[in-house]
Amino acid sequence: MHPNLNTDTPFKYSEAAKAEVLGLFNKYPEGRHKSALIRALHIAQEENNGWLSVPAMEHVAEVLRITPIEVFEVASFYSMFNLAPVGKYVLEFCHTGPCAIEGAERIIEYTKHKLGIGKNETTPDGMFTIKQVECLGACGYAPMMQVGEFYHEHLTESKIDQFIEDCRAGKINKGTWKMH
Amino acid sequence: MARKLLLEHAHVEGISTYEVYRKHGGYRSVEKALKTMTPDEVVEEVKKSGLRGRGGAGFPTGMKWSFLAKPEGVPRYLVCNADESEPGTFKDRYLMEKIPHLLVEGMITASYALGANTSYIYIRGEYSWILFILEKAIAEAYNAGWLGKNIMGTGYNLDLYVNIGAGAYICGEETALIESLEGKRGNPRIKPPFPAVKGLWQSPTVVNNVETIAAVVPIINDGGDEYAKIGLGRSTGTKLISASGNINRPGVYEIELNVPVEEFIYSDEYCGGIKNGKRLKACVPGGSSVPILPHYLVCKTASGEQRLMTYESLSDGGFATGSMLGSGGFIVYDEDQCIVRNTWNFSRFYAHESCGQCSPCREGTSWMEKVLRRMEHGEGKMSDIDLLADVAKKIEGNTICPLGDAAAWPVNAAIRHFREEFEWHVKEPKLCMERNFGLASEPVAAQQ
Ligand SMILES: Cc1cc2nc3c(=O)[nH]c(=O)nc-3n(C[C@H](O)[C@H](O)[C@H](O)COP(=O)(O)O)c2cc1C
Ligand code: SF4
Ligand code: FES
Repeated sequence: MHPNLNTDTPFKYSEAAKAEVLGLFNKYPEGRHKSALIRALHIAQEENNGWLSVPAMEHVAEVLRITPIEVFEVASFYSMFNLAPVGKYVLEFCHTGPCAIEGAERIIEYTKHKLGIGKNETTPDGMFTIKQVECLGACGYAPMMQVGEFYHEHLTESKIDQFIEDCRAGKINKGTWKMH
Repeated sequence: MARKLLLEHAHVEGISTYEVYRKHGGYRSVEKALKTMTPDEVVEEVKKSGLRGRGGAGFPTGMKWSFLAKPEGVPRYLVCNADESEPGTFKDRYLMEKIPHLLVEGMITASYALGANTSYIYIRGEYSWILFILEKAIAEAYNAGWLGKNIMGTGYNLDLYVNIGAGAYICGEETALIESLEGKRGNPRIKPPFPAVKGLWQSPTVVNNVETIAAVVPIINDGGDEYAKIGLGRSTGTKLISASGNINRPGVYEIELNVPVEEFIYSDEYCGGIKNGKRLKACVPGGSSVPILPHYLVCKTASGEQRLMTYESLSDGGFATGSMLGSGGFIVYDEDQCIVRNTWNFSRFYAHESCGQCSPCREGTSWMEKVLRRMEHGEGKMSDIDLLADVAKKIEGNTICPLGDAAAWPVNAAIRHFREEFEWHVKEPKLCMERNFGLASEPVAAQQ
């Protein structure tokens, strides 16, 4: 995984987000605030249209008073961090065993076909990205996908149709990483 | 009806709020422990209960607690493992979503027992909405005086925080979890030193599963002896089982550790039988890492005895004819499921989740994945079957953390019990492609 260097769009946390990230430091002993990094990255990713650009990671490093490489090491390790631009709605389908035997593969194929994109691709209008992820702890409610903060379970083809329609109509709540 | 200790009030309206939880007897264990017991007495009670770790390994919790080093002037930490990523497992999520205060209460009582003044719950990143459920519960507990300074005037101080991951199965391994909690990549540490001596920020640390910590609440309320009366032999108490796969009633069930497997699968109180009137083909009783059992070894052991949902009975026969209770991720397969495909799927999972530090795990898991993928797509060779077994054997026991073993066991077990199915895939490449659906019909290259 390499950082995506194709952006010079600057990034800074909103004032509220910055205050929240600095507030996280209080949870850890003196000098151990690096522990706030993962949550700080989730918040940055949300404020940077769903992905972590180099300027975003550099900003997080500055706020956390650590080096950019420490941030990149972590950002590139965890599957929830996107290091390249994504669509407005990232459909993260579970394709692990228990979901697979309850029809995950068919639902994923259906959605790919419907949107005309493959795994890790984004629709030309920038609305949808499809990701395939491993077990999300919803195996009994398969097939399922996560979009933003929320799980969508017991998926069927008609539920997918409805969901995509609702996204286009701006009716889908993705939740937020900020305190609520 | 089975006795419920953890989920008894899970369906009570509003149980996720402090008031309702308290009204149903919540936080009694904290009162009892802090006001009437010494920390050592709490540990003793947990030892008496026979409680074993619910995260997968089944190690006795009281014993684990008594290993915690207690050097003067060094803080100790309790860390709750809420990373729950073992395929087939979704019980911790259920518990935290429904009754978050049970975990908060357990954390306070357990932290007191261990002499920890700061504790953390590490939750997987995908459960972000539960992060906020827990933080709300924690805020309510602070408000009500169960957390913070001088709790109930006893002089005991405790701060409790939630830390979040970002998608990495390996962070469920306790030393990887600690690394991640320190804000780093989730690379498991070489042991020793064990976390009990050098864990979080090099301080003595206990890592326990969500369900283990929750179980401390009834143990302290009713006494360890009472808890130990439930279950069978060394499998004491109740266990949350997440049931998934081709069954009529998937979901999370709290069982007493002595329910026959047959009853668990077929009774309407639990899984309600196989879906669509199909027959049972196989079962993975404890999460993707444990050996798969063919139908004839699921309800009965090799010696013909009834198989029970206990640590001992599920592992009866060792790996030759048994499996493990593991995390309680109970996956049921009907007669239409393809074992090769499922094994490939699990191998892909482990190859994806290997942190890459040890060559046998990094190379071996992706090798197994590749071989299984080509076999599932009608491009396998007869010699691939032994090749797989050989690769699995070379990973097992040769790695820093048990993920390597966890990747090898399912492959070994599938070949052990379903060898003919692997052979059939090699002999009938066309048929096995037609029998499947979805991704299997794509060319192999498209799936990389
Ligand atoms: C690869 C791997 C993944 C694990 N994932 C989890 C997990 O998600 N949750 C968990 O509680 N334990 C998990 N464990 C077990 C932990 O390392 C540890 O043994 C456990 O949290 C101890 O808690 P317990 O004694 O209460 O069971 C995992 C272990 C390994 C090797
Ligand atoms: S066994 Fe695998 S996951 Fe565990 S430390 Fe080694 S490479 Fe990483
Ligand atoms: S296998 Fe899909 S959520 Fe567990």
